[in-house]
Amino acid sequence: MTAPIPAVRFRGVARHYGSVRAVDGVDLDIAPGEFFAMLGPSGSGKTTCLRLIAGFDQPTAGHIEIFGEAVEGVPAYRRPVNTVFQDYALFPHMSVLENVCYGLMVRGLARNKRETLGRDALDMVKLAGMAGRKPGELSGGQRQRVALARALVVRPKVLLLDEPLGALDLKLREEMQSELKQLQRALGLSFVFVTHDQGEALSMADRVAVFCDGRIMQVGLPEDIYARPSTRFVASFVGSSNVIEAAAVAKWLGKARVASLKAEKISLLGKNEAAPDAAIVVEGAVAQSLYQGPVKRIELVLDDGTRLVAAVPSDATACPEQGARVRASFPRTALHLMEDA
Amino acid sequence: MTAEPLSISEPRDGWLRRASDVLMRRQGLYLLLLLVPPLLWLGIVYLGSLFALLAESFFAIDEFSGVIVREPTLKTYGDLLQPANLDIIIRTVSVAAIVTVLAALLAFPIAYYAARYARGRTKALFYLAVMMPLWSSYLVKVYAWKLLLAKEGAIGWFMERLGAAPLLDAFLAIPTIGGPSLSVSYAGMVLVFLYLWLPFMVLPIQAALERVPASLIEASGDLGATPGQTFRSVILPLAFPGVIAGSIFTFSLTLGDYIVPQIVGPSSLILGQVVYAQQGLAGNMPLAAAFSVVPVVIMAVFLTAAKRMGAFDAL
Amino acid sequence: MRSDLTKAPMGLKMAAGAGLLFMHIPLAFIVLYAFTTEEKSYQFPPPGLTTRWFAVAWERQDIWNAVGLSLQVAAIATAIALILGTLAAAALSRANFFGREAISLLLVLPIALPGIITGISLRAAFHLGEIPYSFWTIVLGHATFCIVVVYNNAIARFRRLSPSLVEASMDLGADAFQTFRYVVLPQIGTALLAGGMLAFALSFDEVIVTTFTAGQQQTLPIWMLSELVRPRQRPVTNVVAVLVIAVTILPILAAYYLTREGEATSGSGK
Repeated sequence: MTAPIPAVRFRGVARHYGSVRAVDGVDLDIAPGEFFAMLGPSGSGKTTCLRLIAGFDQPTAGHIEIFGEAVEGVPAYRRPVNTVFQDYALFPHMSVLENVCYGLMVRGLARNKRETLGRDALDMVKLAGMAGRKPGELSGGQRQRVALARALVVRPKVLLLDEPLGALDLKLREEMQSELKQLQRALGLSFVFVTHDQGEALSMADRVAVFCDGRIMQVGLPEDIYARPSTRFVASFVGSSNVIEAAAVAKWLGKARVASLKAEKISLLGKNEAAPDAAIVVEGAVAQSLYQGPVKRIELVLDDGTRLVAAVPSDATACPEQGARVRASFPRTALHLMEDA
Repeated sequence: MTAEPLSISEPRDGWLRRASDVLMRRQGLYLLLLLVPPLLWLGIVYLGSLFALLAESFFAIDEFSGVIVREPTLKTYGDLLQPANLDIIIRTVSVAAIVTVLAALLAFPIAYYAARYARGRTKALFYLAVMMPLWSSYLVKVYAWKLLLAKEGAIGWFMERLGAAPLLDAFLAIPTIGGPSLSVSYAGMVLVFLYLWLPFMVLPIQAALERVPASLIEASGDLGATPGQTFRSVILPLAFPGVIAGSIFTFSLTLGDYIVPQIVGPSSLILGQVVYAQQGLAGNMPLAAAFSVVPVVIMAVFLTAAKRMGAFDAL
Repeated sequence: MRSDLTKAPMGLKMAAGAGLLFMHIPLAFIVLYAFTTEEKSYQFPPPGLTTRWFAVAWERQDIWNAVGLSLQVAAIATAIALILGTLAAAALSRANFFGREAISLLLVLPIALPGIITGISLRAAFHLGEIPYSFWTIVLGHATFCIVVVYNNAIARFRRLSPSLVEASMDLGADAFQTFRYVVLPQIGTALLAGGMLAFALSFDEVIVTTFTAGQQQTLPIWMLSELVRPRQRPVTNVVAVLVIAVTILPILAAYYLTREGEATSGSGK
């Protein structure tokens, strides 16, 4: 069975600005109908890649295809791709409805036809009554929905979202996260969104690509990125992972490679408690203990100098104070060997 | 709404669209198309004229035939250094300097009040009040002052009613500054210049004063300074770039003006008038050009000095 | 910077008030003198008041010619300035390119250097090139400084235009020309209008450069100048002055309100 044509394909794409390498050799395949996240700190190249897909920028090297068609030199207005901007970029002199119908208007659709489609789009994002308002009169969340409707009404093959939830407060953000997910499922479009918030990426995306310094460090399912990071960078950026140096790993597993260990996999052992089977036991002193609601974050310094952070349920029986000596254990299998040195 | 492809997905592909493609692809071409028309105009009309002026200043007039000899020479610049001409230049620069200093003194209270005490509607009103005379007709303003300053005009009448007529006569009797009437004297001329250029001085000073954070003034008071000390050591130095910026305008405008001295001035000539006279009846364009180069050089020096003192941030 | 706690000292208030009065009273006198009955001098107070000078001014053909010429020159100079000034502003508001600072300086010179320099330079150029004076020589001079005025207004607005608006428009399918028409032009429209009106007012009022480039013709300010130097019917000159005040103040006030409003209502996205 032949694989379906990827919605977006990058091969060896680079974007250099003089000596600055914003994107430095990226290969990527985004499947049709996929909710794809590009995650990374600022300056990692994720936004540049998004702009390369949209057509606001051209690569200095490499090859980009959208649904099998090469897009070298193709301007943004000819690509079947639409963008929801970080600052929403609503046209301030037009009403909400005119904003949403803009793409239809420049395509020459008749007024009544495009207004019907526009109102449908507004219904879809739950802004039915706002058609006559101006963007200046709307709240941030409402503006975002207008931007979404405006981008979707022209039926793009790929929808790009540039840090769409960054400006919203927590409650609104969580609401929009689930709405976006539902929308994408219902429409079956490919969504590509850029974020620096790993929680967002993990909860919304079907697959995540982690960017660093213009390159992709790891691409995979959220669970894989989270539980099995392949490099030091991914381990420290996504979730609270401990990075264990090769020396200690060699002692525990016999293999001299860097490994990651999830904080929540570490449990504290009571005074005479026996460790479960196939677990590694370590001893050390408590450096710090922070209450964080559902978990307590406990920093341990082991006898060999290794620092470990454990995330222990707050109502667990073992309740160590600072400086106390404790025994901790974690399953062998929790150690995930990574690729770096 | 489902994700079926739109029945009309691609807009018509006219020649405009294809032209747009080319422009998008070649940003340099786009920039060039934007810049060429204005640059052509300014380059040819303005820069070209400036060069023509410079060129003319290096020519000389043959005194006997009155014909301009188009060969490069420094003779005309030499003529500038004759005492009579040098006198004119010095006189003009002095007037410009006096006007500038007086303007700064007059403008400061207005700007200070507007920046520190006016807010909301009063502030907008102040701004408008300063801007309006700025933009109303130059000639009308000069004319208005001629009316006021004339011997039989409003100021004279006012002085008489106040019983201050002898005071006015005494003032007019002062050599150099005075004259037969206020409207034909240096004093009158300086007054008119002041009136014309005052808004140019008020606005930059106000802008500079507004940029002084209130917290600085509070801190100064907090550390024990009296209001007078705060004014001298904190506010004044910070407002100074604004004063310099305003001075650029007043100095430059006064240097180049020849209409005000003609209408409200004494009979001795000022630089602008000489330029006008020389290129007109006297037909001595090279001398006029040479004279014109003087204010350009002066302003260039002034501007470089001002830039170093940070005046351009206040504009 | 505010002095919230202290009220302004009386001396300061008076000084500021006096300064403002100083700036406005002379204009009031002009209006007054347009109604005086005394024809030969600037006698104050005016011996009597009449409106007949307005009728006299209406009859004078030389005034009408001057007004006509001024309007024509202002209209054409403004039109040229709008096109060239906007083009320049569009180019210079974008990313850095080679020679940008030099071009910025060039676009400021016509107003930074005194008018007499512009005037005499043009005259020198006409002299060297043996170009005769005409309507177009006047327009040449006026358009040059009008370009600067339009440019300043336009570029201030261009700089406030968010680049993501242009990108959004193209993203949705509009090419460069459609984007200009539907998105850019409405955004800069009020600035262009304001710049155009300022340029018009400036051109209408301009006298220094015009005296060097006009040859035998008389624009309204030149007419006024000759009347000032060799007065015929003084109150008529005042009437014309009142007309000029009205014609120049109105566009300037309008331009001011246009640029203020623009700031208040612009706001894309966040």
